[in-house]
Amino acid sequence: MNAETNWTPDQPMVSATDVHKSFGELEVLKGVSMDVMKGECVCIIGPSGSGKSTFIRCINALNDIQQGSITVEGQEVNDPNLNKLELRKKVGMVFQQYNLFPHKTALENIMMAPVKVLKQDPKEVEDRARELIKKVRLEGKEDNYPGELSGGQQQRVAIARSLAMRPDVMLFDEVTAALDPETVKEVLVTIQQLAEEGMTCILVTHEMGFAREVANHIYFTDRGIIVEHGPPDTFFDDAKDPRTKEFLSQIL
Amino acid sequence: MMVSRWIAGLPWWTPVAILALIFAWPLTAAAQGKFTYTDAMGELFRWMPFLLTKGFLFNVIISFFAMGIGTMAGACLGLAQISQNPATRNLAKFATQAFRNSPWLVLLYIVLLALPFEIVIFGIIVPVPDWMKAVIGLALPIMANVSEVVRGAVQSVPTAQWEASEALAFSRMQTLWQIILPQCFKRMIPPWMNWYAILTMATPLCSLLGVEELITLSRQAMEGSDNHPELLVPFYGFAMLIFFAYCYPIARWTISLERKYAVKL
Repeated sequence: MNAETNWTPDQPMVSATDVHKSFGELEVLKGVSMDVMKGECVCIIGPSGSGKSTFIRCINALNDIQQGSITVEGQEVNDPNLNKLELRKKVGMVFQQYNLFPHKTALENIMMAPVKVLKQDPKEVEDRARELIKKVRLEGKEDNYPGELSGGQQQRVAIARSLAMRPDVMLFDEVTAALDPETVKEVLVTIQQLAEEGMTCILVTHEMGFAREVANHIYFTDRGIIVEHGPPDTFFDDAKDPRTKEFLSQIL
Repeated sequence: MMVSRWIAGLPWWTPVAILALIFAWPLTAAAQGKFTYTDAMGELFRWMPFLLTKGFLFNVIISFFAMGIGTMAGACLGLAQISQNPATRNLAKFATQAFRNSPWLVLLYIVLLALPFEIVIFGIIVPVPDWMKAVIGLALPIMANVSEVVRGAVQSVPTAQWEASEALAFSRMQTLWQIILPQCFKRMIPPWMNWYAILTMATPLCSLLGVEELITLSRQAMEGSDNHPELLVPFYGFAMLIFFAYCYPIARWTISLERKYAVKL
């Protein structure tokens, strides 16, 4: 990341302005803007195909954008000279399908990036990885391979794997969508704990109850634009836009 | 995998059948001359140690060298095929397809004629014997096919694995070597062994270049035994038996590894 960015913690940690993104002819983001302050937890909800997953993938440059601006701690992401690796050291991401490395144990999955990418001392990283295992309540599963763990357990390893890089922002892309209803809760509790500790979180989720309880701010997207946003209580109890109302009436 | 599966699927009595054919031959030939079938078999047994130690062993040596060179070159070519640089990628794709789809014998002749019989390195004359050219000629199609094995294995790893590593700030090279290749390495072994079996069975092609391997020596041995037509079936049948005995265990092993490493998703 450029040392000369004048970012200070009172400015938005993640700031998106008029973001446009197309896949060929299909425009999936048609001018999305949002600001996320340090320590905030933001939930993006909306019908499938509304562009919400695409949007958070743009934040760590997994997708590029055609127009507009996204900054992370003042660093412009929509920049051809962007050092993507430096950006991604600051932005952790957890996926719907966990995407753990199947040939590595839970502990190795967590240790890999700090050791190989950040070149940190393996001993120190291992201590930290064991702490993280404890944090996501998976003591005893250190030496299990992903294939031996349940979906919820794998997802918690994936969260720990991301946290091991000590990111400033965490992106969660529908992380409970592939889980059994019983295991959804154990993952949500982990995320809630993170949010309460002050981690900046951006979540794409379908868990309305969770969003209401944990989020500082809710964004509702539909067909590539943000239709409505606000604090959870206002959003859920007093939605203004007919599309939001319709969506909420179907979900709740 | 087709070849290994076919060989491994042959019934246990295949070598017996080949032997039976060798022994049944004189019944149809109804030898009228003085040279009987028993004499032919006697000649075969007399030549057998020579054919094995000077002939077939050389086929094995050629196959080892060709496989080694082909594998190393093929691994590089396969990785070039998944390069992000379009020029590298397209060149590697073209080379792979060109060598994969050329007749092996044509490649052998091209190498034989294109390479000099000696090269000069720092004033020292290093001869390039025909068997070395044969090794290179056989290594070319192996290279192309190993290249495809590598490309296929790498692409069999879900793209989500690339994304997960990218999101953890792994560079592309780190992702390839730390995450992707360790996952698909085992998957490359069965097809790689299959190509080894195919290569071994192709080594008699070298006899056409005058390399003294099993078939060349069998022909010379038959000439040494006055070229009686009765010699043909025992000698070539023996060659077939040797190749079968060598390739059959490899094929069985390939199939069992293939089952063991089958992609579990």
